[in-house]
Amino acid sequence: MTPPVPWSAGLGLTGRGRRRQRLLDLLLEGILLTVSLSSLLMLALIFLFVGREAMPVALGRVNAALVQEALPVADALKLPPERLQEYLGLTGPEFARLNTAAIRDLALLKAEAASRIPPAIRDDPDARANTASWRYLLMPHQWKGNDLPAFVWQPVSLIRKYNVVPIVIGSLKVSLVALVTAIPLALAASLYVSQLAPRRFRHAFKCAIELLESFPTVVLGLLALIVLSGLLEPPTRAVAEFFAIPVSRLNACVAGITVGLAVIPVIFSVAEQALTSVPRTYCSAALALGATRWQAAWQVLVPAAFPGLCAAVLLGFGRAMGETMIVLMASGNAALPTWNIFEPTRTMSATIAAEMAEAVFGGHHYRMLFLVGTLLFAITFLSNLFADLVIQRIKLRWSHIT
Amino acid sequence: MGESGSIAPQRHRLIAVIVTLLTIAFQGCHATESRVDIVVKGSDTMIILMKQWAQAYSRLDPRVSIQVTGGGTGTGMAALVNRTTSICMASRPIRTDEIEAGIKAFRQRPVRYEVALDAIVLYVNEVNRIEDLNLAQLTGIFTGQVLNWRPMGGPRGGITLYSRESSSGTYEFFKEHVLQGRDFAARTQTMPGTAAVLAAVARDPTGIGYGGVGFGSGVRTVAIRSAPGEPAVLPTKEAVMSDRYPLWRHLYLYVNPALDHGPVSEFIRWIRSNEGQQIVEQVGYFPLPPDTHAAP
Repeated sequence: MTPPVPWSAGLGLTGRGRRRQRLLDLLLEGILLTVSLSSLLMLALIFLFVGREAMPVALGRVNAALVQEALPVADALKLPPERLQEYLGLTGPEFARLNTAAIRDLALLKAEAASRIPPAIRDDPDARANTASWRYLLMPHQWKGNDLPAFVWQPVSLIRKYNVVPIVIGSLKVSLVALVTAIPLALAASLYVSQLAPRRFRHAFKCAIELLESFPTVVLGLLALIVLSGLLEPPTRAVAEFFAIPVSRLNACVAGITVGLAVIPVIFSVAEQALTSVPRTYCSAALALGATRWQAAWQVLVPAAFPGLCAAVLLGFGRAMGETMIVLMASGNAALPTWNIFEPTRTMSATIAAEMAEAVFGGHHYRMLFLVGTLLFAITFLSNLFADLVIQRIKLRWSHIT
Repeated sequence: MGESGSIAPQRHRLIAVIVTLLTIAFQGCHATESRVDIVVKGSDTMIILMKQWAQAYSRLDPRVSIQVTGGGTGTGMAALVNRTTSICMASRPIRTDEIEAGIKAFRQRPVRYEVALDAIVLYVNEVNRIEDLNLAQLTGIFTGQVLNWRPMGGPRGGITLYSRESSSGTYEFFKEHVLQGRDFAARTQTMPGTAAVLAAVARDPTGIGYGGVGFGSGVRTVAIRSAPGEPAVLPTKEAVMSDRYPLWRHLYLYVNPALDHGPVSEFIRWIRSNEGQQIVEQVGYFPLPPDTHAAP
């Protein structure tokens, strides 16, 4: 047993040179460690930030009721300081910093806001309900003027309606259409490129498909809005009329198919990698036993690469759920709680993108959008976790056979 | 020896460069001393208008440099409260919680200036024969109580509704003044921007949409009656400025009260003068009625 030789010895460095090299190594190692740690830290900070902004809603600490306690200014100013501070919703330091004129103005503002609510709406019992509580977020509610309990997302309204069911359905609907479009195309392409394509074309094919990845999704969205929606209108109208369901020019189907185009390269590259990483001996053995190239690919390679293909699809699902620009432009953005893919739809990602700019910072709408973001993250995280578990199990099974 | 001889001229050159750089730097400092930076942020509707104003005003007074960014009225309000902007452009009046944040930050309410008028226009597809609608009909259409064009003499088939995004000031204005605070029908499709509403209506024979003043082929502007018996009015400059067209609103600038003097206030005074109001017309909005110009 010879002791391990430091690699710098091979470079012919001795004495001082070697010591300097070692210091340099340490420095480089330190830099790399800091970089990788800082990216981890960044990730943790993002989760922390998003979670912190959404937390008050998740814990039910936000009150989004329209009608809240309001006193005439003179009465409000007679309150003891602690009560006044609570009534005006101020923190201690804020209360200490403000002068009497400002406090008076805040009390006046509160009374003004209360008096501006139309009487018809003030008497509505829903005006006193906290519409940011979980019951209103998840369960259907019969709002005044509705015939039936309904899931309603109308965040800019006198009585704010924050039911997330329509936009969760919207996201799932678009992602499923996207996967139905992308899976056959991407998997077929990856099988062809990795196994059957002539060696000369293989590289060109691969490059062409992966080039789709660099295509800006806003351009794809524009394409869907102007061209694809028009092309798809006659067939969708025919199908919808056959089933007697409502139809619209911009709908989940148009958006889903376009998102599918954006997802193809994601699924393709992972699937292609999974297929090429199956040992060549598998294929050779099958061919030697008299299988055709297609039989070898379909009956030997695909099962062997199955975990990788699953991972590709689930990765594609995550990408489709998060896609924003295309759905914002091509889906019609109406928050309807329906699974009909020919009706306009509003997804979680598009909702955040469209509404964040105008939400009052720290207000309930703002926190609600962060909650939607957390939900979106949770869904993609769970799907990835599930994919991982499935892949582990399948790998285990294969390890017994091979 | 040869080496040390060649260093000396190099050193001279280095000193010359440093001196030149320092001179330039000091000149730069001198120039920025009298320069005034005004940061303007807010409504995307008003960006083009504000950029035109900024350009014209900087030509008038080269010491002032005006930086304009969008992001929406809410973003602008947040920036105003955080003191990262001097002026906030707003296509809607300030909200209660924003005034509250303003008082907490400035001890006073943000100061408001009206700077232009904007009309909300209703568009239908050009094959739609409908000439005019009254406000009650519009309420019915956009809340989803009226589902078909037939009773109003329009084309066969259901009505498709196109709206602006809920983040736009136009949406809130429409909700307050046309829907009387009620909600839009759930099937209303929301579009990013007036141009997108126009494009959607142009491709949909049963569509109706609203937005700012815009131009596009394939759509027609609908005249509005404020009540069933009243005259039908198109959103012309004259009709908007004289309040005969019912759907118009102000565009505003909000200012940190501590900055409401000196260059910022001069800039706003210029915007509200005849010169500034001429630019309003060029961009496609409507100038303030003459009697309000002189106000502070």
